[in-house]
Amino acid sequence: MTTTAESGPAGAGRADIGRNEIGKARLRKEDAHLITGRSRYTDNMVLPGMLHLAMVRSPYAHAKITAIDVSAAKASAGVLAVLTGADIAGEQGSLPNVWPVTPDQKAPEHPAIAVDEVAFSGEIVAVIIARSVAAARDAVELVDVDYDELPVVMDLEEAFTDKVLAHTTLESNKSATWVFDSAEAGTGTSVEDALADSEVVVERTLYQQRLIPAFMEPRSTVVDPTGEQITMWSSTQIPHILRFALAITLGIPESKVRVIAPDVGGGFGGKLQVTPEEIITVVAARRMGKPCKFTETRSESLQVGHHGRAQVQRLKIGATKEGIVTGFSVNLLADMGAYLGLITSGIPILGAFMYNGIYKFPAYRFECNNIFTNKPWTDAYRGAGRPEATFAIERMMDELATELAMDPLELREKNWIKHTEFPFATVAGLEYDTGNYEAATAKAVELFDYEGLRAEQKRRRENNHPVQLGIGVSTFTEMCGLAPSRVLGALNYAAGGWEHAQVRVLPTGNVEVVTGSSAHGQGHETAWSQLVADRLGVPFENVEVLHGDTQVSQRGMDTYGSRSLTVGGMAVLAAADKVIEKAKVIAAHMMESSEDDLEFANGAFTVKGTEQSTAFGEIAFAAFSAHNMPDGVEPNLDSEATFDPVNFSYPHGTHLAAMEVDTETGHVSVLKYVCVDDVGVVVNPMLVEGQVHGGLAQGISQALYEEAVYDDAGTLVSGSFVDYLVPGAPDLPHYITDRTETPATSNQLGAKGVGEAGTIASTPAIVNGVLDAVRHLGVKDIKMPCTPSRVWHALQEAKTSGGVQ
Amino acid sequence: MIPSAFDYAAPTTVEEALGLLSAADEAGDEVKVLAGGQSLIPVMKLRLADPSLVIDLGRIPSLSGITDDGDFLTIGAMTTHHVMETDPLLATHLPLLQMAAGTVADPQVRHRGTFGGALVHADPAGDMLAPVLATGATFTVSGPNGQRSVDAADFFQGYFTTAVEDGEILTSIKVPKYTGWGAHYEKFTRVAQQWSIVAVAAMVRIQDGVIAEARLGLTNMASTPLRATATEAALAGCALTQEAIAAACAHAAEGTEPASDLNGDAEYRRHLVQVVAKRAVMKAAGLQPDGLKRTRE
Repeated sequence: MTTTAESGPAGAGRADIGRNEIGKARLRKEDAHLITGRSRYTDNMVLPGMLHLAMVRSPYAHAKITAIDVSAAKASAGVLAVLTGADIAGEQGSLPNVWPVTPDQKAPEHPAIAVDEVAFSGEIVAVIIARSVAAARDAVELVDVDYDELPVVMDLEEAFTDKVLAHTTLESNKSATWVFDSAEAGTGTSVEDALADSEVVVERTLYQQRLIPAFMEPRSTVVDPTGEQITMWSSTQIPHILRFALAITLGIPESKVRVIAPDVGGGFGGKLQVTPEEIITVVAARRMGKPCKFTETRSESLQVGHHGRAQVQRLKIGATKEGIVTGFSVNLLADMGAYLGLITSGIPILGAFMYNGIYKFPAYRFECNNIFTNKPWTDAYRGAGRPEATFAIERMMDELATELAMDPLELREKNWIKHTEFPFATVAGLEYDTGNYEAATAKAVELFDYEGLRAEQKRRRENNHPVQLGIGVSTFTEMCGLAPSRVLGALNYAAGGWEHAQVRVLPTGNVEVVTGSSAHGQGHETAWSQLVADRLGVPFENVEVLHGDTQVSQRGMDTYGSRSLTVGGMAVLAAADKVIEKAKVIAAHMMESSEDDLEFANGAFTVKGTEQSTAFGEIAFAAFSAHNMPDGVEPNLDSEATFDPVNFSYPHGTHLAAMEVDTETGHVSVLKYVCVDDVGVVVNPMLVEGQVHGGLAQGISQALYEEAVYDDAGTLVSGSFVDYLVPGAPDLPHYITDRTETPATSNQLGAKGVGEAGTIASTPAIVNGVLDAVRHLGVKDIKMPCTPSRVWHALQEAKTSGGVQ
Repeated sequence: MIPSAFDYAAPTTVEEALGLLSAADEAGDEVKVLAGGQSLIPVMKLRLADPSLVIDLGRIPSLSGITDDGDFLTIGAMTTHHVMETDPLLATHLPLLQMAAGTVADPQVRHRGTFGGALVHADPAGDMLAPVLATGATFTVSGPNGQRSVDAADFFQGYFTTAVEDGEILTSIKVPKYTGWGAHYEKFTRVAQQWSIVAVAAMVRIQDGVIAEARLGLTNMASTPLRATATEAALAGCALTQEAIAAACAHAAEGTEPASDLNGDAEYRRHLVQVVAKRAVMKAAGLQPDGLKRTRE
């Protein structure tokens, strides 16, 4: 939301006004209120007469609902109403999936409250509406639901066989098959031919376990139906998309819906969703004519908030004996879970263009089968398809290096796109504009002491040291800045990928920036202030950033896919440029000179070659008083702009991890971690550093700690933080981070995006490192997360099979 | 996360608490006794426990504190882990308990959670159980018929089950001093803040350059904490070398019945306990074992 700028009168300038804001490690404007308890999360909202909701959820992963008796719950103290799916069948609609990846994509109806059949454990079967949270919660246990249990299908590979169906209403568990073939697309040759002709082919099946986003603030929604508009506060990444989706799902005119995302405590893609709970809260509030609130418990958040990853990757890579990669074949099973959420079906497809990584092999084929299981649906989770792609290619590069007895860095260098070869049209059909993989890798190798650690590794192997050392290598690039609207259209995504901004100039010369990319922890207020302070030459403190309310920021595509700066930030700059153009006309009039003779720098227009100048603040006040405007010029400086990128941006980096494996216990620890990222031009290095650190933690966590585990009946076993492990500070290493910089060409600033970078490269770096530590002992693969138990069992199996290579 | 409604009582004496317990028993109310609440409150919030009355022992001053009783230290049941972790008497005479208390959860939990509460809760992964068992402590339990003493060996009876009967309260624990013994609590976890996957409490008395006597308690190797008696026997007279100690600790899995869960199956735990026991004994004896340095030792 808004911050209070501690600013003096307009023009009471500081020496550094408007200079060098870009690149400055400004402290975050957002933090003062967040760390002093003045935050306003959705659950902090209290409205007069507000009612509270609690959800009745299915304990079964697949069952027919045969009867629901709500009488005892209705009679419970403080309960005003109990609604079942049948009660609201006519108004709840079906939750939206906006990315039908193929014309024949199959999907079950997706009511917010199940009507006849539940397809995962935790699916909502009724809602309690009560005067207090406690009364609502108490009544949940009084709802008596009769279920006829149906067979469940939990395993992705088993689901693919269709022996057990996740839905009785579908004939197959297959939702869609999506194929990209470089020979058909004209971006390369046939992978089948390439593999047939390859001197070496390595074939592996890798597993992307199911992850839970586990954001800090559980989801919460408040709906006030009492005004002319329906107002929703929600802990969401996507207030604008949500407003549109509520309107189409519930048949409410869009103009009658206002969505506010107040302070939002993290999302990582997990709040890029239109949730059943949001729909139900609207329905309940409209029914009751009173404000309603629903806040999930942490248990509910882990159980039913959408999950991420969950793929089986069947991979084949071909190469010459010298290590030149000839082709890569990717065959995926992607676990949709029981339903298609907002962009569930498109997540693996977002990865389809990245399985070639930073390499330039000539043949590539990608096939993905989207499969239903009786689990909560998957959807966006930090990186969304691209971490899976990077894991696949980077793990396979290490497998190939092992096969060829070649240093993994040497193999990569033989195959990557050289900096002189940009722009480069990839085998997956993208055009990489810029990059310098040699520079990033060279810097990483130096910071890491690659040779020194290899020597240490050799010593420990020779001494048969109980703690073995492995070196994990990973490079990455990703398509950021989602997204050129034309590309989204070609992929059959329902919306565009532009972003909108307004810059409003107040009479005092203070500036309000309205952005459609809604922040939930990233630091937009700080970064956008720096952009505008730099461009308009006003003090950083005099810029106010407004977002997260569809009545304040009418147009927007919200925040995900490392898009904010490269798309939203460019809209801000474009709007600021329009402000300058408008101000120039007025300045010329004020100074009785020609516009062509004016130049704008450091917050003032100067008549070229003279000392005559007019400050931005003076022009702002002149536009406000409007006493002396040129003829036909409107009396304000406000401007807006919508930016649609022409291309993605392609940050890249090289990550190196030194991993210690205790062969006695199987315990794994990160000894040293170096990452050198090229995220293009940096607006605020501290924000970038924060994004990289958080991303590394999340990626390392996939490699070592996190996994959503289900029992055979379909119940989430890792349903609390006791069993769903996320690391704390003591579990993570001191990161050594650095940057190289090749500006992007797809935006005027040269920025590339950083939100997902650390997450994408760190997972394969860690797993490659673990395997490098124990491969000489005969271990060939360890599934993620690489728990001590799994590592130890892998070592035992290698020992008993005598499998030392 | 809201528990079901319940009544709350905060007696100021043990007698008053026992009176409330017997009155509730007569009325047929389900009662839970609240010590530090670090396990009970979460369980109630998850509605896995639904007591109609909660009796809070937090206002009974006589239940807290550590006193020197000659050959023993008497530890009040409501003494917090934080007090145990920082108490100079424990540091001198029972460093094993002091060290184990410092590994319980995080500082917030250690400031609220209590020694007696953890023992009566009797989670086999709890960190205070095996050390107490290794010391051969005596538990003082108060009930309607007065006080009785229970040996450590008889106190833990199964998952979340102890010798404390309905209507009784654990009031104090009398622990023999092990002044001059080497001690170490070695805890194996995947992340720093986690219940023990396996942990070993070790005390050794070193004489004439060998281990004269050893006492070992095992955490999370069965439904109750266990003494590693075979290892203790093998360690008597053991040389202070990694090889000799490892050989003795190869017996550590004998008589154990560990569970299988997301952190490892029984086979892994039976292996792990031997490694963890070796490391615990070596550290208790002042030796540095090979292996990864853990974040918390």
